[in-house]
Amino acid sequence: MTQAELERVYEAMAVAIDDVGPDQGEVFLAKLALALAEDLGRTERVLEVIAECRSGLERRD
Amino acid sequence: MRPSGRGELDSLYFDYPHFDPPARPEVEPRAPVAVVGAGPVGMIAALTLAQHGVRSVLLDAKDTFNDGSRAICISRSSYHILDQLGIAAPFLEKSLGWTKGRSFYRGRQILEFDMPDSADEKFRPMYNLQQQYIESFLWKAVAASPLIETRWQSRVTGLEQVPEGAVLTVEDPNGSYALPARWVIAADGARSAMRGMCRLRLKGENYEGRYVIADVKMAHDYPTIRRALFDPACRPGGTVLIHRQPDNIWRIDYQLREDETNEEAMREENVRASVEGVLAEIGHDGGYDLEWWSVYSANTLLLDDYRQGHVFFAGDSAHIVPIFGVRGLNNGIADGHNIGWKLAAVLNRAAGESLLDSYTPERRGATLDVFANATKSTRFMTPPTHGWRVMRDAALSLALSRESAGHLANPRQMTPHTYADSPATTPDDPGFDAGPIPGAMIRDVALEDGFLSERLGKGLTLLAFGDPGLDVPPGLSVLRLPADGPVARAYGAVQGSAYLVRPDLHVAARWHGATAKKLAGALGRMAISEEETA
Repeated sequence: MTQAELERVYEAMAVAIDDVGPDQGEVFLAKLALALAEDLGRTERVLEVIAECRSGLERRD
Repeated sequence: MRPSGRGELDSLYFDYPHFDPPARPEVEPRAPVAVVGAGPVGMIAALTLAQHGVRSVLLDAKDTFNDGSRAICISRSSYHILDQLGIAAPFLEKSLGWTKGRSFYRGRQILEFDMPDSADEKFRPMYNLQQQYIESFLWKAVAASPLIETRWQSRVTGLEQVPEGAVLTVEDPNGSYALPARWVIAADGARSAMRGMCRLRLKGENYEGRYVIADVKMAHDYPTIRRALFDPACRPGGTVLIHRQPDNIWRIDYQLREDETNEEAMREENVRASVEGVLAEIGHDGGYDLEWWSVYSANTLLLDDYRQGHVFFAGDSAHIVPIFGVRGLNNGIADGHNIGWKLAAVLNRAAGESLLDSYTPERRGATLDVFANATKSTRFMTPPTHGWRVMRDAALSLALSRESAGHLANPRQMTPHTYADSPATTPDDPGFDAGPIPGAMIRDVALEDGFLSERLGKGLTLLAFGDPGLDVPPGLSVLRLPADGPVARAYGAVQGSAYLVRPDLHVAARWHGATAKKLAGALGRMAISEEETA
């Protein structure tokens, strides 16, 4: 994926999160992740990415 | 609860019998087995003992059957037990068999699942039948058995373990007396007094989600298909389940919101408003009558050991499971049958007492298996935390466009537990490439005239393929089967293979090439040996 292609995804996600509204954004992102995980078809890789994406978001309380 | 103006036993469709207190003997002889609790589990245990010629005294504190509406789903494996006891006919005649479930999200169908079924199966995967009918059909068989002495209005108030068994203190309207017994089966339900007398406690988890369970009578045209409604218009964010039962009775379970108290939810006008919302959602515009309702929340609780001295716990006294796996009653029936045939084998001197050591690992293992599945179902039905809820909603929403996500909503209903780790099960012979493994329930096979399951003996049965040419000890039924027939193909058997099948239709052992020595080894694991049978 080129930088430009990644940017298209980034923009589409921003638009979709705004479109579904603040009360459904979280469910939308979870749904998207589940669908992409299935399309990727590689369970271990998905679990690695889940771990990767958790980092930097540790609880502050 | 029932609608105002109707008594506790005032059902729209079922007449509760009344049982008088017993006439009892002047002197109580020691009973081989005392069964405490004449619900479905206790009656199955007593009937199983009677089938093997063992006498029992069956005690129940009530003067009628369990009231209200309780279990409604009976599984294939339970039908096999009823069939082994020779009493499946009235159940088959009255119950509604089903194979399909449908799940809906915001009014749109996202999943239709079929439970495993085929022409080789004598019974359907599931049948709906109200517990009152289950109890009344079992009672007919119990009352007809000369080996079962039932005492209604008889409450057990004391228990003393003695070297040769146990002595129960029993109270009935005519007084209090001591009832000595060699063994005791405690099938006295979720609030078991026997459990308290043994100073045992159920351990496990309680779940947050609460449901109202309501039975309504209505002329509603929909096949016997379990429906699950997620986030329906009538209960935003909640879940609704709908099951058809005989006599135009429908079971409706609806989830309560966090801000709905049990007290408010139980009020008749609130139940009616909620039920009417569900009926509108499913397009029922005819009338309905309210039969009964109650509030339910899911628990996974069990005993550490199902045995305490001479007392064995069976059914809800030993374990409480969530409703979503439909395993409460079915698990209890399997408990009652399991301890029934084992105690009978010991009392008939066909097996040593160590056979009884397999009861807890087998049946507690089955409950833990239910917990694992039911915990998944419960998390989907009533997500316990924000994270589970987000993922559940994401899966439901994705299921609108992807069938695969719909399968996350599959309730994973019961398959019989495999007793692979039981001390009574012989490790597998690696020579097989098909067929039920040791510990698993047999697979039924359609034969020219009937089914394999109908050909099994009442005790242990050896399925012998071709002619294994081995001497079989007395007390063992032998079913000779061709080495190239439909059973041999389904069981991966060749000339000389054999399966050893227990009275509960679980496989105890199997061999590609059976020998008398291997058979003796498998019987030894069940504490059944030549010396014991002699």
